[in-house]
Amino acid sequence: MGVKLLLDKANVPGIRTYEVYRREGGYRSVEKALKEMNPESIVEEVKKSGLRGRGGAGFPTGMKWSFIAKPEGVPRHLVCNADESEPGTFKDRYLMEFIPHLLLEGLIVSSFALGSHDTYIYIRGEYAWITDILEEAINEAKANGWLGKNILRTGFECNIHVQRGAGAYICGEETALIESLEGKRGNPRIKPPFPAIQGLWQRPTVVNNVETLAAIVPIINIGGEEYAKIGVGRSTGTKLISACGNINKPGVYEIDMTISVEEFIYSDEYCGGIKGGKQLKACIPGGSSVPILPANLLLKTATGETRYMNYESLSDGGFATGSMLGSGGFIVLDEDQCIVKNTLTLARFYRHESCGQCSPCREGTGWMEKILHKIEHGHGTIADIDLLWDIQRKIEGNTICPLGDAAAWPVAAAIRHFRDEFEWHINNPVLSQTSNFGLQHYADPIHVPA
Amino acid sequence: MTYTFNETQMAELNRLVARYPEGKQKSALLPALHLAQDSFDGWLPTELMDYIASLLKIEPIEVYEVASFYSMFNLKPVGKFIFEVCQTGPCMISGSDDIIAYIQEKLSIKPGETTKDGVFTLKLVECLGACGYAPMMQVGKIFREHLTKEKVDSIIAEYRATVTN
Repeated sequence: MGVKLLLDKANVPGIRTYEVYRREGGYRSVEKALKEMNPESIVEEVKKSGLRGRGGAGFPTGMKWSFIAKPEGVPRHLVCNADESEPGTFKDRYLMEFIPHLLLEGLIVSSFALGSHDTYIYIRGEYAWITDILEEAINEAKANGWLGKNILRTGFECNIHVQRGAGAYICGEETALIESLEGKRGNPRIKPPFPAIQGLWQRPTVVNNVETLAAIVPIINIGGEEYAKIGVGRSTGTKLISACGNINKPGVYEIDMTISVEEFIYSDEYCGGIKGGKQLKACIPGGSSVPILPANLLLKTATGETRYMNYESLSDGGFATGSMLGSGGFIVLDEDQCIVKNTLTLARFYRHESCGQCSPCREGTGWMEKILHKIEHGHGTIADIDLLWDIQRKIEGNTICPLGDAAAWPVAAAIRHFRDEFEWHINNPVLSQTSNFGLQHYADPIHVPA
Repeated sequence: MTYTFNETQMAELNRLVARYPEGKQKSALLPALHLAQDSFDGWLPTELMDYIASLLKIEPIEVYEVASFYSMFNLKPVGKFIFEVCQTGPCMISGSDDIIAYIQEKLSIKPGETTKDGVFTLKLVECLGACGYAPMMQVGKIFREHLTKEKVDSIIAEYRATVTN
């Protein structure tokens, strides 16, 4: 069993309620932060912890906090990004649904550190029932003196508001989220200025992911140095992984980033192996936008080293032979899955979610979907593969926000690692409609079938 | 047709607006549109969007451009219950194609259509964050997960019963 800092109490009956959460030691970090610490020392602890943004980008949280501008007389805001929409990712949902007070506790401490008196949780519109759970938790926290005016008689005031989005992946991008919170279309802003200088209503703003803000609680409780001892290298602390696809035990797991990918997939403590005794074909380890890896490159790096579930190891080899930890959305594909079709559904997703501001993304995502659709349905040509490659290259890096990259990477990685499967589809237009390319040389290098 | 919020709905709108600083009432637009859509017929006719614009003291175009951007706002009439079935990668590899085909067959409608009796609308949607519990669909506020054909049968029967009773 690895260390658990966020979900250690997840199975305590009634932990969703204030009463049980408090009895189990909840809200201690607020007492410590407000009474024994000051905003600067909290930021220092977060820097020492090495915590990196858990939404997908992995940017150091303490550093992000230290960028916030503090002009005289201008209110500042903390915004919690609960717009979890990256396919394969459902960890924030789990945390908010089952331990809502953990997020609130982290939000109060973080609001104190950043000087935010009105803090907003922007939650994806589809999580409607979780909005109710959060509102209920906020009412409980307020009734018990953890929110509102003069918290713990320290003079600190903090209010937390929940705002529902309305169905738009792009609003997970922090400036699009801010636009949406201002009642506009979710069009990402050109940066600079960064939100830390001009964010919500042009005021200094920090936007952090749900899991990042929840992790502030253990950091304050055990201290940044102790937190940094968990994990390995620059992958400190614990990470929530949402595992899905063709595995025996899909769900949300908290890992300490020292376990191997093989252990994560095959151990009964985590995914419990591939469903139906089938073989592992491929995996998208960090949410749909990160590069897909065939089994042989997933479990071991290109140089034959064991691959681990952390930021550095998963990206070992760069995009040529590696991937990313990303949001922790871990999608497992078995031997029966078709890479062309899987890539098509992701291309359709990104075309649907492109906000349309930048031509390379607006046009490119549509073309990629059309060409993949053509190949999947037996009408492709070999030149289409090169055309796809060309389009994705022209999207990457040429857009205002990272959605362009997110749309380009899955297509690029699918072609990079599974080009022969694309060619097989094209060369076997009839057969590919009823049968499958299968495993070929992508098989799991460790679990070879008898 | 003209629309007017009743007292409860108006109180809810005022609660939403009060979350934002003075003069930033436009921030309440998304929640206000959810409220409007849920309070009337499950979609947003132009007159209803104009009403929201007048309440938030913004131009109607500011409402239209937002309503047309977000996938949860319906700009056309819909059935009493909308089956929003996820079709993105993780659901697809877990069998969502079969579920979608089965619902089409059972309800005799294609995606985007509403049953003749006005009870069900089928809508295909992109990832709703339930990948570990796939295949899935959203019906109103609720996620229906781990779908099988049998489960689809009982869900349809369940909603149909609320209409006929």
